[in-house]
Amino acid sequence: MHQQIPHESAALHVTGEALYIDDLPSSPSLLIGRVVYSPYAHARIVSYDLTKAREAPGVVAVLSAKDIPGHNQMGPVVKDEPCLAAEGVTFIGQAVFLIAARTDAQCRAAEKLIDVKYVPLEAILTLEEAIAANNLLGPPRRMQRGDVEVALGSAPHVLKGELRTGAAEHWYLETQAALCVPGEGPEMTVYSSSQNPSETQKLVAEVLGVKKKDVVVEVRRIGGGFGGKETQGNHVACWSALLCRATGCPVKIRLFRDEDMIMTGKRHRFLTRYEVGFDDQGKLLGVKFELNSDAGAATDLSFAIMERAMFHCDNAYYVPAIDVTARVWRTNLPSNTAFRGFGGPQAMAAMETVIDRVARYLHKDAAEIRQANFYGLEQDNVTHYGQVVENNRLHTIFDQLMKSSEYAARRKAVQEFNAANEFWKKGLALTPVKFGISFTTSHLNQAGALVNIYSDGTVLVNHGGTEMGQGLHTKIQQIAATELGISIDRVRVNATNTSKVPNTSPTAASTGTDMNGMAVKHAVETLKDRIAECVAALFNERDPSAVHTAKGDCCFESDVIFDSRHPERRIGFAEAIPQVIVRRVSLSATGFYRTPGIGWDKTKGVGTPFRYYAFGMAVSEVLVDTLTGAMTLLRTDILHDAGDSINPGIDTGQIEGGYIQGLGWCTTEEIKWDSAGNLMTHSPDTYKIPTAKDIPIDFRVTLLEQATNPNAIYGSKTVAEPPFMLGLSTWMAIKDAISAVANHTVEPEYALPATNEVILLSIEKLRNMMKVNASEPVHA
Amino acid sequence: MMKSIVITTTINKRKHELEVHPNTTLLDLLRDELGLTGTKRGCEAGECGACTILMNGQAVNSCLVLAPQIDGQEILTIEGLADGDKLHPLQESFLDHDAVHCGFCTPGMLMSAKSLLDRNASPTELEVRTAISGNLCRCTGYQQIVDAVLETEPVKRET
Ligand code: FES
Ligand code: FES
Repeated sequence: MHQQIPHESAALHVTGEALYIDDLPSSPSLLIGRVVYSPYAHARIVSYDLTKAREAPGVVAVLSAKDIPGHNQMGPVVKDEPCLAAEGVTFIGQAVFLIAARTDAQCRAAEKLIDVKYVPLEAILTLEEAIAANNLLGPPRRMQRGDVEVALGSAPHVLKGELRTGAAEHWYLETQAALCVPGEGPEMTVYSSSQNPSETQKLVAEVLGVKKKDVVVEVRRIGGGFGGKETQGNHVACWSALLCRATGCPVKIRLFRDEDMIMTGKRHRFLTRYEVGFDDQGKLLGVKFELNSDAGAATDLSFAIMERAMFHCDNAYYVPAIDVTARVWRTNLPSNTAFRGFGGPQAMAAMETVIDRVARYLHKDAAEIRQANFYGLEQDNVTHYGQVVENNRLHTIFDQLMKSSEYAARRKAVQEFNAANEFWKKGLALTPVKFGISFTTSHLNQAGALVNIYSDGTVLVNHGGTEMGQGLHTKIQQIAATELGISIDRVRVNATNTSKVPNTSPTAASTGTDMNGMAVKHAVETLKDRIAECVAALFNERDPSAVHTAKGDCCFESDVIFDSRHPERRIGFAEAIPQVIVRRVSLSATGFYRTPGIGWDKTKGVGTPFRYYAFGMAVSEVLVDTLTGAMTLLRTDILHDAGDSINPGIDTGQIEGGYIQGLGWCTTEEIKWDSAGNLMTHSPDTYKIPTAKDIPIDFRVTLLEQATNPNAIYGSKTVAEPPFMLGLSTWMAIKDAISAVANHTVEPEYALPATNEVILLSIEKLRNMMKVNASEPVHA
Repeated sequence: MMKSIVITTTINKRKHELEVHPNTTLLDLLRDELGLTGTKRGCEAGECGACTILMNGQAVNSCLVLAPQIDGQEILTIEGLADGDKLHPLQESFLDHDAVHCGFCTPGMLMSAKSLLDRNASPTELEVRTAISGNLCRCTGYQQIVDAVLETEPVKRET
């Protein structure tokens, strides 16, 4: 345990043997499926004729909503998403027809023969339009503590403003894919790239009009998910399943990159208004947030995402009086969905903006303001929803990182550089993250496992989590091997399969290892107990004269089982297993885990929604070319709390990857739609995720030491989502560099992502203001 | 329908005589016809590098190469990188450095890295970053991959 062990599939990946959906060996009867989608953001379907397409060469089936044998719905929470559009379409990219043919070329040829008439309707394509039209997706929500109006009214200083944060595409390297294989009668096996196989199973059964017992969903591995396959992997599975049922043949659908980008939802855009009151030292006295998110055309997970945003608008700071109002708006764009951080990043960007503005206003270093407002250890340690921030590591991390990153010296150097250079400016920023771990929908905090031990002493572990590169299966393998005291190569983690472990929660909310690891541990404990009983009996039979071995005396270590009080009584693990079988004892056991100690009253807005908090901080330094807006990321130092890391190599990689993904969202990843609702950034040449040349020139990532977490398996802490939000350190460093143009006397205009264009426009505005208002400092 | 043509080519050190459609991409030929699915489809537009293979030692995006273009050429794919059961030092180094997360970019990364090390046995960090800058990875943040390439033992680098 707590070791650097390579990813369980890494050896297969480096030789190209690891199989994704698109690599599965195909049968001669395999058909290729294609989705025909809406070209209008909002339209009525007047008529269509599929006759010609159905007669096209190679085509086996062309389906519309009328051909769905079961329910035509797909919504994970609210049933407001049709599997295939029936009467009308509500976004460009919405599935309308399905085609199955021998080849993709035949599908495309058939698509051209579909005759469909639409009557375009007025579409809502921006948050502003949605707000103006009062196009709310559901009732607004509010969380509050204290009296904000009083706090703002009596505060020595008050600032207000608004912030826009952009959408983002998941850009998992493997696009959405599913392969459905028919079985006997109603049976079907679905090979899917889904983060939520149980939900995929449910929805496939519903669209087919069969029962869950008839549908098996299997996920071997996912080529990147990041939330984008939590609900939206279901669509491809359902479409493939419909074609499979209609043709009686195996059907595979793999979205092409552009289609994937056009058809699937993104991170929610937010428009946040804020107002903050603070004292001369920069202590926050009251903050008011108005969060607005763009849900797109359907509900998907938008309310849960907004709820997490509401929980995280405090980020790491204690605010005595706080009032958060949240509204989720409907637009005619693909339904936005889960994406690493799940609303957290959008809310934290707003809070960090508040802190940054307070610092600039008071002419103080922003790190100092951050520190002054961190949740306290003994007091000021309760969040606005009533959860105590326990095991608070903010202060420890801050102190260590300020030192290790040489923040103070570098701040001075940055100031000197900026004083000496007119056209180049440097910026430096530290930002923290405090992220609550658990599904905020409390019943999802459960996990199951099924562990089998075979007669040769090898172990097959099934659990409900999916492997998408985060190293979950590797950690599970480590946990099972550690518990049984056997070498890791005796343990195999099976593909996630709904027939092995039923009714599972999605692999999301950073809970994969915490929950499934515990479920596996429980299953293994049951097995160990049974094995120990047999082994103790065996020892006592072999050597009846000697002292008695009780099952509790049996130790499992280094592939051996022995009596801890009489270590000469021992048997190899592989040797012991047949003895258990001879005694007719089961070597298959299930395990189950429900996260304890959590609970949350939605109506009152108080409770303990999280099992624990994850903490981390980053310091980033950038160089900005003020004539072009070009940005170079010079150095990033991250100190992150992974508890007693189960696998430091994997966790470090997750932190680096999360941070770089956050960097992309904050800087280069810009999603644009045209005035008709067409996605303009639908390919990698127009949508820029970070490349190896965009990462910090000097990149230092460290795990916090002596950081045992009492609330998760083996003292570990999840890393998955939290590091994403450390990308905000870069975003704040860029703002610091921009602000240097006006010598930090003027609040710059700013948005997220800070593309070169945003940077340049902001600098030009500052320069113009400086010209107009040369002598007086201005506070925007 | 265009007529198919016959080409001869060496793929992973084995000679092949193949009948190909002129507009089939090398990527589709490898995956769909030869079953070499280690080379991945990421974008099919020359932008992501998941389909990187070596053509006469040069890293190229196989989604941008038409099958007839490999007539008389030598192709190396991820399946040919190891020497039988013996992994290439780059593969070993990727394992040692946790440079594999979801793994979808890994084959392409390895081929780009091999092409670099074959030309330049001791590259700088910047040279490594530049060499793999056409290979997108959404999981790792690249540093572990860069370290894996940099720390591939020079003595063991030749295949
Ligand atoms: S698949 Fe060839 S570059 Fe993306
Ligand atoms: S490891 Fe997932 S894309 Fe690189």
